[in-house]
Amino acid sequence: MPIKKIEAIIQPFRLEAVKEALNAIHIEGMTLTEVRGYGRQKGHMEVYRGREYQVDLIPKIKIEILVTDARCEEVIGAICRAARTGKIGDGKIFVYDVGEAWRIRNDERGESAL
Amino acid sequence: MKWCRLAASILAASLPVAAQSDAALIAEMQKLKGAVAAAQSAGDNAWMLTSAALVLLMTGPGLALFYSGLVRKKNVLGTMMQSFIMMAVMSLLWAAIGYSLVFAPGTPWLGGLDFAMLRGVGATANSDYAPTIPHLTFMVYQMMFVVISPALITGAFAERVKFNALLVYSLLWAFLVYFPVAHMVWGRGGFLNAYNGGVVPVFDFAGGTVVHITTGVSALVCALVVGPRRGYPQEPMKPHSLVLSFIGACLLWVGWFGFNAGSALAASSLASSAFVATHLGAAAGAVAWLVAEWLHTGRPSALGAISGAVAGLATVTQGAGFVVPFVGAVYGLAGGFVCFYLVVIAKHRLGYDDTLDAFGVHGVGGIIGATLTGVFATRVVNDALKLANGDAAPLGWVDGNGGQVGNQLIGAAIAIGFAVVGSWVALKITAALTGGLRMEAREEIEGMDLVLHGEEGYNLEA
Repeated sequence: MPIKKIEAIIQPFRLEAVKEALNAIHIEGMTLTEVRGYGRQKGHMEVYRGREYQVDLIPKIKIEILVTDARCEEVIGAICRAARTGKIGDGKIFVYDVGEAWRIRNDERGESAL
Repeated sequence: MKWCRLAASILAASLPVAAQSDAALIAEMQKLKGAVAAAQSAGDNAWMLTSAALVLLMTGPGLALFYSGLVRKKNVLGTMMQSFIMMAVMSLLWAAIGYSLVFAPGTPWLGGLDFAMLRGVGATANSDYAPTIPHLTFMVYQMMFVVISPALITGAFAERVKFNALLVYSLLWAFLVYFPVAHMVWGRGGFLNAYNGGVVPVFDFAGGTVVHITTGVSALVCALVVGPRRGYPQEPMKPHSLVLSFIGACLLWVGWFGFNAGSALAASSLASSAFVATHLGAAAGAVAWLVAEWLHTGRPSALGAISGAVAGLATVTQGAGFVVPFVGAVYGLAGGFVCFYLVVIAKHRLGYDDTLDAFGVHGVGGIIGATLTGVFATRVVNDALKLANGDAAPLGWVDGNGGQVGNQLIGAAIAIGFAVVGSWVALKITAALTGGLRMEAREEIEGMDLVLHGEEGYNLEA
């Protein structure tokens, strides 16, 4: 069974909701990164003692999850429902094929390494 | 005296009949007077040692945090060091010779060498300055002022000056600017000393002229001579942590009670008056800056609030112990509004890079404070200056002495003159001795922490 990596970039304040949703469908592992980026959502202006700074890179959370192909759609659906506010800036999800997975502790590989 | 007599009579009444001879009574009275003086000295000394510690707290961590939060994170330690090193170097310089050049008898422009290496500075009070505390306490209290002064200037050339250049400049600055101006205003026989035979009497309670005008104007000279940071103003140079600055500013506010209320040099009602005036100055400064900012940019910022408080404190310093406490709020409002205008609006049009606004806050606040003190200083609060007949002399305009505004401006002008010439000369000598004031372009991009000190403030891999 092929393995997929789901990479979701979400609003930081939706993180708890997304974690709960994933927990509810028994997704038991993920990797989180605090990232900054921008897409269609405009940045904002900051002013320090009269100096103005246009800030384009906005804080987001990147979640990476590895799943079997069969569960991929279900997981994407759960993330979308939990992370969606309907406004610009809700984020994106990318899905990749994974060549190999390896558990460092005991050399398990493939699906059993997830 | 009244208290002594009353106490003596109570004592006398309780003594056995045999001891009520005159000689015994006088001896008892002497003993009692000594005990009263010792009690007052103990109280005053406790407050003055506390004040000295509070003023040191302003430099480290107060100013070090305030400034280092405003720079980029590659310069956080370098900026902290610029303040901290003054706690070490200036303290030694002050003990070796600085205290003597300011407070020992000498010429109207500079003190003599009587107190060099703290010779004769011990437990006995120096009645020229502070008759109820040990001379050592007065010396160490004043030491903390010379520590913070060059540290204030560093805001003007933050993020680009070499460490050796900073050291040489600061030492020269002490000799060329601080020692002469402090002697003139506060030293016995100083040209501007209102109490001790000065020609032009200037009222500077806690260093509005001696500290804030000299450092603020020197800061402007430094900003102009050193030049702007590479990339200024096109590249973004956001403050890396306003949280640090916030904590630093709050510590400055607290430490300023030592700076201003301590300048009463006693645990007196005058200290209380200066304390309240100082606090109201800070409060009004914060409100004024915030209101101006709110109207101007639409949002009241945390940086604006703390900047305003510091501006109010710098402004009220000169008058803290000369004005009715509520007038402290007037100083704060004036300082907050004018410094806001200079820092937020005028500076960007003029184009110089006074990086952390040492001139815009301390120089401008100091000049406003010097002027307002000519208006509001009153004998109702401070009656130390006596007329020939023993009555308290009128101080400022509110006492009917309108000419004092002129005196204050002459004092400010002399301080500005010393700061401009002294700083310029000090910078030129420093550049010649250290091969240039600034870090190289590559070094400035890499940051002070790594290049000058070989370390980093935030180690992610640790």
